[in-house]
Amino acid sequence: MHRHFKAKVVDNNFAAEAFKLITLSPVSEALVPLPGQFYMLESGRSTDPLLKRPFSVFRFNEGSLQFLYRIRGRGTTSIAGFNKGDLINVVGPLGKAYPEPDGRFMAVTGGVGIASLYSLLERNRGNSVLFYGARNAAELLYREEAEKLSAKAFFTTDDGSAGEQGLVTDKLSEFIKNEGKSMPVYACGPHPMLRKVAAIAKQNNLKCYVSLEEHMACGIGACLGCVVKAKSSVGDYGYKRVCKEGPVFDADEVLW
Amino acid sequence: MKAPNLAVDIAGLKLKNPVMTASGTFGYGEEYSDYFDLNALGAVVVKGLSVGPRTGNPTPRIVETPSGMLNAIGLQNIGVKTFIDEKLPFLRRFDTKVIANFFGDSIEEYVECARMLSDAEGVHALEMNISCPNKQEGWIVFGTDPMTMDKVITAARKATGLPLIVKLSPNVKDIGQMAKIAESAGADAVSAINTITGMVIDVRKRAPVLANKTGGLSGPAIRPVAVRMVWEVCRAVKIPVVGMGGIMNAEDALQFLIAGAKAVAVGTANFITPSAACDVVEGLKLFLETEGVSDINEIIGTVRA
Ligand SMILES: Cc1cc2nc3c(=O)[nH]c(=O)nc-3n(C[C@H](O)[C@H](O)[C@H](O)COP(=O)(O)OP(=O)(O)OC[C@H]3O[C@@H](n4cnc5c(N)ncnc54)[C@H](O)[C@@H]3O)c2cc1C
Ligand SMILES: Cc1cc2nc3c(=O)[nH]c(=O)nc-3n(C[C@H](O)[C@H](O)[C@H](O)COP(=O)(O)O)c2cc1C
Ligand code: FES
Repeated sequence: MHRHFKAKVVDNNFAAEAFKLITLSPVSEALVPLPGQFYMLESGRSTDPLLKRPFSVFRFNEGSLQFLYRIRGRGTTSIAGFNKGDLINVVGPLGKAYPEPDGRFMAVTGGVGIASLYSLLERNRGNSVLFYGARNAAELLYREEAEKLSAKAFFTTDDGSAGEQGLVTDKLSEFIKNEGKSMPVYACGPHPMLRKVAAIAKQNNLKCYVSLEEHMACGIGACLGCVVKAKSSVGDYGYKRVCKEGPVFDADEVLW
Repeated sequence: MKAPNLAVDIAGLKLKNPVMTASGTFGYGEEYSDYFDLNALGAVVVKGLSVGPRTGNPTPRIVETPSGMLNAIGLQNIGVKTFIDEKLPFLRRFDTKVIANFFGDSIEEYVECARMLSDAEGVHALEMNISCPNKQEGWIVFGTDPMTMDKVITAARKATGLPLIVKLSPNVKDIGQMAKIAESAGADAVSAINTITGMVIDVRKRAPVLANKTGGLSGPAIRPVAVRMVWEVCRAVKIPVVGMGGIMNAEDALQFLIAGAKAVAVGTANFITPSAACDVVEGLKLFLETEGVSDINEIIGTVRA
């Protein structure tokens, strides 16, 4: 079994405007991923775009891998052009997974961060309290499914088109104050949101795991391009690789 | 037909094939051992080492460019001592040559680094990265100033008995001239090219994308420049040349060999395909077989130019 394989594109369909869901079927036996791990997907046939792009495993079942992605720039535009039947190069699963929650936990996500947390919710059905924010109703992808997997779910949007209008982190604070005092927090989303989640968890003495994003070249720990500033036992700080020591970090390790 | 010979000799360093990994693109080897058997390689060249550990540059450190990428890692590394204690034992398990890439920000640091690495069991050759600024002389890059370059190579030469490969900077007027300086200062071989300095600007922020402002360009975008420079270097010096810059497959590697390089290094391609270096070895074998050539050395330097 190899961490570098070819996979057949089974489907590559729009999940919403500017979001697609790609389903891949590895042509050789592939390793089983854990929630929070990611894959590097080929970004096209030519050398432009050149580098593979990292995506969290959204779902894994019966040998097929699914990724939920937002079309942003050259790489994701190229990936969005893959057709059913295409064979693409894939590397993974990579990186550290979320630590297995021991009972109930809070899951906080903004936007396409749901891609990383979804399989954690699935694996721990009924144990999560979900806080899910997006720009608008259309971008609350897999809202109903995620709600069903959770014991409780709160949704927020920037424009109030679904759930409550406001910030997902405000909802989280409110909930912790009332009833969430002993649950760990798992979060994936934009960096400013994660910084806030980490601060809230710290104030309330809660364990907090965050999944970080950085630009990556190799995804396997060789280029040192994807680092984040982290606490270090030697010196004031050190750099840790998001692709190897992460993408999931204990929020306490990160120098926000 | 008998399997073709791929073995080459670089200044007494016997390689089972001419394919190495380029420094900084292959970590300390471990990262890739999940993807292929490192025994397949002629040599592993490890990430650049300094005497003590370095934290490197702030982020963003990399940005993709048309058919290439810019990096400004800032030579983050674990330091020679940790390398010898923690990484070298792993590499000693393989039947492949280990080449330690090293640098410093003073002549003394180069010398110290070369000494420490020469004493370590399992380091077969040194590659000296001279594309770094000299702290003592107004941060002039060692490898772009003939005088400083001559001094630092002469000093490092005295500090090691191992084959010394000097890695040339492409950010110079005449790379052939610089290669000659390396040769006369005592280098056993030269390698080329290191990355070409570049810049990308985010037009909305009106600021460079990289925290370091500029970075080193690598990947297929630099290949034609690299082939031309390697060709010039091969004509300028008698010592062996290791060619690199944008090699993605065996065909690309052959351009360098035909231009006169005795060996090649695969760099950025490792990021895109973890088995790239190993695939190049296979591709070279296949090329020799289909062309009916029995020895890779018959190809080297055969360019009709
Ligand atoms: C571990 C990991 C898991 C990820 N999982 C997912 C996922 O499940 N779904 C998803 O849609 N996206 C995910 N991403 C982000 C995704 O990799 C980037 O959106 C993608 O690489 C952008 O490529 P591009 O060429 O389209 O955009 P570019 O043209 O490269 O960039 C477009 C914009 O995105 C920014 N950007 C590019 N790469 C990154 C990055 N790695 N992190 C943050 N910003 C970036 C750029 O600065 C630019 O503003 C993940 C990233 C990481 C590191
Ligand atoms: C991320 C990265 C890190 C590098 N680090 C080093 C280094 O530490 N020392 C060095 O001599 N060259 C370093 N290089 C340069 C490469 O070894 C090589 O000379 C260059 O990338 C050209 O080859 P390529 O186009 O095949 O990558 C680095 C290159 C990259 C892309
Ligand atoms: S992406 Fe290369 S080290 Fe993380």
